[in-house]
Amino acid sequence: MNLDELAIGTPLPGREHRPDEVDLFLYNAALWNAHRIHYDQAYATGVEGYPGLVVPGPQLGDWLTQVVLEWIGDDGVLVEFEYSNRRAAYAGETLRAGGRVSRIDAERSEVGLELEIKNARDEVITPGSAIVRLGRTRA
Amino acid sequence: MSGLLTPEMLAHVGRGRPPRTEPVTRRDIRKYAIASGQRLRKYLDGDEAPPLFHVALFWDVVEKDDLLPDGVSVDPLLPDLPLKRAMAGGITVRYHRPVRPGDTLVAVRTLTDLYEKTGRSGALLFYEVTLEITLESGEPVLTEKTTRLLR
Repeated sequence: MNLDELAIGTPLPGREHRPDEVDLFLYNAALWNAHRIHYDQAYATGVEGYPGLVVPGPQLGDWLTQVVLEWIGDDGVLVEFEYSNRRAAYAGETLRAGGRVSRIDAERSEVGLELEIKNARDEVITPGSAIVRLGRTRA
Repeated sequence: MSGLLTPEMLAHVGRGRPPRTEPVTRRDIRKYAIASGQRLRKYLDGDEAPPLFHVALFWDVVEKDDLLPDGVSVDPLLPDLPLKRAMAGGITVRYHRPVRPGDTLVAVRTLTDLYEKTGRSGALLFYEVTLEITLESGEPVLTEKTTRLLR
């Protein structure tokens, strides 16, 4: 990848996710996270009033990093990443992770990226951003 | 402001926990990579850790008696707060060096902010935890700031 090939707004390849119960189980098991809203349907809906099992916030953040890393490949490194969980997402939903180039800093060989996960209603549930540096070195 | 936070609670800001040291294994990287849906071979094979692997590596391993009825453990950095229901927030991470199997990571967590806001459905508490991760040599690996909210 070359900075000259990029422009503000250049889209990154997106990816669709449809998290199911197995995805939620594996993710929370890998963390040792016992929060019931992620696996106890009766608790999540009956006690906390959610419409279903809640997709863990950091799982959504991770999907944003994957948009960046699959795009940059071995052409650069991730130097900064940020996201926030704006709206909840639930098991069985269709979620789309994507992003675009938002800033190009030729002097530092850095590219700023705007990222988001949207649900099927086209609502941004997880906005984020990242900075990648082309080449193999971090600051 | 609804005045939920007392000076005693706010005195916890700036306090940290003792450093935690965790070895990075290929098995743990692979489990995290598969669980989080990675597609790049270097992560699935465990040659390098995905950027948010440290979230799993340093998640508190607590005993069952320390879990609240909702399955969450109380963050030992926090004072006893009047709101209990944890919701995910957001994080900012600055990366210095990739993580690979065989690395030993040292993490220091510090409570760096605690404040309240009134949302549409009432009072909310926010807190910020700063996590500094280094190698045992002191070489920086990453710095993370996490904001979480309680309702």
